[in-house]
Amino acid sequence: MDVPVPGASFTDLLDSLGARPTWTTQPGEKAPSTPEGTTVLALRFDNGVVMAGDRRATEGHLVAHRRIRKVYPTDRYSAVAIAGTAGLAIEMVKLFQVELEHYEKIEGVRLSLEGKASFLARLVRGQLPLAIQGLVVVPLFAGYDEREQKGRLYSYDVVGGRYEETDFGSTGSGARLAKSFLRTTYREDLTSEDAADLAVKALVAAAQEDTGTGGPDLIRGIFPNVVRVDSDGVAELSDEVVGPLAENAVESIL
Amino acid sequence: MTFPLYVAPEQLVRDKAEFARKGIARGRSILGLDYADGVLLLAENPSTALHKISEVYDRIAFAGVGRYNEFETLRKAGIRQADLMGYLYSRDDVTAMGLATAFSQTLGIIFIRDPKPFEVEVLIAEVSEDGSEHRLFRVTYDGTLFDERNFVAIGGKAEQLTTALGELWREGLTLTEAFEIGADVFRQAEGRESEGWEAAVLDASKGPRTFRRLDPTELTAS
Repeated sequence: MDVPVPGASFTDLLDSLGARPTWTTQPGEKAPSTPEGTTVLALRFDNGVVMAGDRRATEGHLVAHRRIRKVYPTDRYSAVAIAGTAGLAIEMVKLFQVELEHYEKIEGVRLSLEGKASFLARLVRGQLPLAIQGLVVVPLFAGYDEREQKGRLYSYDVVGGRYEETDFGSTGSGARLAKSFLRTTYREDLTSEDAADLAVKALVAAAQEDTGTGGPDLIRGIFPNVVRVDSDGVAELSDEVVGPLAENAVESIL
Repeated sequence: MTFPLYVAPEQLVRDKAEFARKGIARGRSILGLDYADGVLLLAENPSTALHKISEVYDRIAFAGVGRYNEFETLRKAGIRQADLMGYLYSRDDVTAMGLATAFSQTLGIIFIRDPKPFEVEVLIAEVSEDGSEHRLFRVTYDGTLFDERNFVAIGGKAEQLTTALGELWREGLTLTEAFEIGADVFRQAEGRESEGWEAAVLDASKGPRTFRRLDPTELTAS
C-alpha cells in the first residue's frame, strides 16, 4: 500500500515494482510473426481532430483479424491510433491511458497536450530494441489543446521522434495512399462531419491498392473506427454514423 | 546503562488515541450521503486549491480529514493501488472494499508501530453500476473500518453530523436537496455559516468515470 514512489508517473511506478512488461531477445534473433495493424490516419477540422483506422490486422500475407480496433480514446481530450505490431501497440496504448488518468488523479490537473505527446514519444522510444528486430510500433496521437483551444496531431517514428502535423497525418501500410488522397481533398474549413467523411474515404482509397488495409465490409457490417476530439471532448462515432459514410465512400471511390 | 521506561500497552494505546482524536477534532468535517443518482461528498473547505475530496477510480472517491500531508499520502497510495490493480487485472477488479481494507491495514500498522499515529480519518465511497446500492466506508486513525449505510460523516463533528443526517436523510433525494440537507446539517453542528464548500459527486448515470467536482455556487443559487 505505501509504496515509496515519488512523482505522478504510473509507468515509473510500474518500473519501480518491476511490474512493467518487458521482452528481451538476443541480437540478430528473428522476431516471431505476429499480427500487424495497418492503416490509421488523423486530420484536423475547424474545432478539433478526427482519427480513423481500418479494422484489419495482417500476418504476412494473411488476414489475422478483421475486427481489430486501432483507434483508442486516451483521456477526455485525446486519442491515439496505432500501426505496427498489434500486441505491443495495444499494450502501449493501455499503459498510456492509465498513465494519463493516473497523472490527472494524483496531480489534480490533466497533462498539457504537448506533455501527453511527449510522454508517448518516451514509450515509443522504449520499444526501439524490439523495433530493430522487426517488432515496430508507430502511433499517431491527436487531441484538443485546452490551452490553445484547437485540435493538434502528432506522428511518430520508431526511435520516438515526434512530429507535429499541421493538417493531417497517417501511418501504417496504406499511409502513403491515404495521405495522397488527403493531400488533394483536404481543406482548412472542414466541419467535423466533413472530416469524418474524408477520413473514411481516405481509408477506402488506401484499401483499394494496399492489401494490408481492410475496406469496409458492408455485408458483415465491419466499419472503420472513427473518433472525434474537439472542445466537447472525445467521442467515438457509432456504426450508425460511420456505416452510411462507409457505404457512400465505397460507391464514390473508384 | 539506562533502561527504557516501561509504559503499559493500555496506556500507550490510550495516549496515542487521545492524541490522534485531538488532532482530528481541530479540523473541519466531511460528509457523504446517497442521493438519487449516486453519492454526494461535501466538505467545509475555504481553500479552492487544497482538496480534501478526490477521484480514486471509475466509481470510487476518497475524502480525508485531519492532517493534510497525512491524508494526502493515503490518497496517493490509494490511487496507486487502484490503478495498479486495474492495469494488472481488470477495471472491474478495483473495489472500494479492497481499498478500504488496505487503508485500514496501513492506518492500523502506523498506529501500533510509529511513535506518532496519523491524525486522520478517511472516507471511501463507491457507486454501484446500476446506481442502486452504494458503499460508504469510514476508516479511523487506528485502522478501524466501518461500513456505513446511506450517509456518513468523518472529522471532529462526525457524531453531531451523523445524528442530524439520521433525521433529515431520505431516499431518492435530488442533488440540490442532498446539498441543502448537507449544508443544513453542517450549520446545526457547527452553529455558524460555512466558510466555503468543496463538493463532488459520484454520478452513477455518467460513466465510466463517475467522479465530478461541483461548483457549490451553482447549487446554492438553484
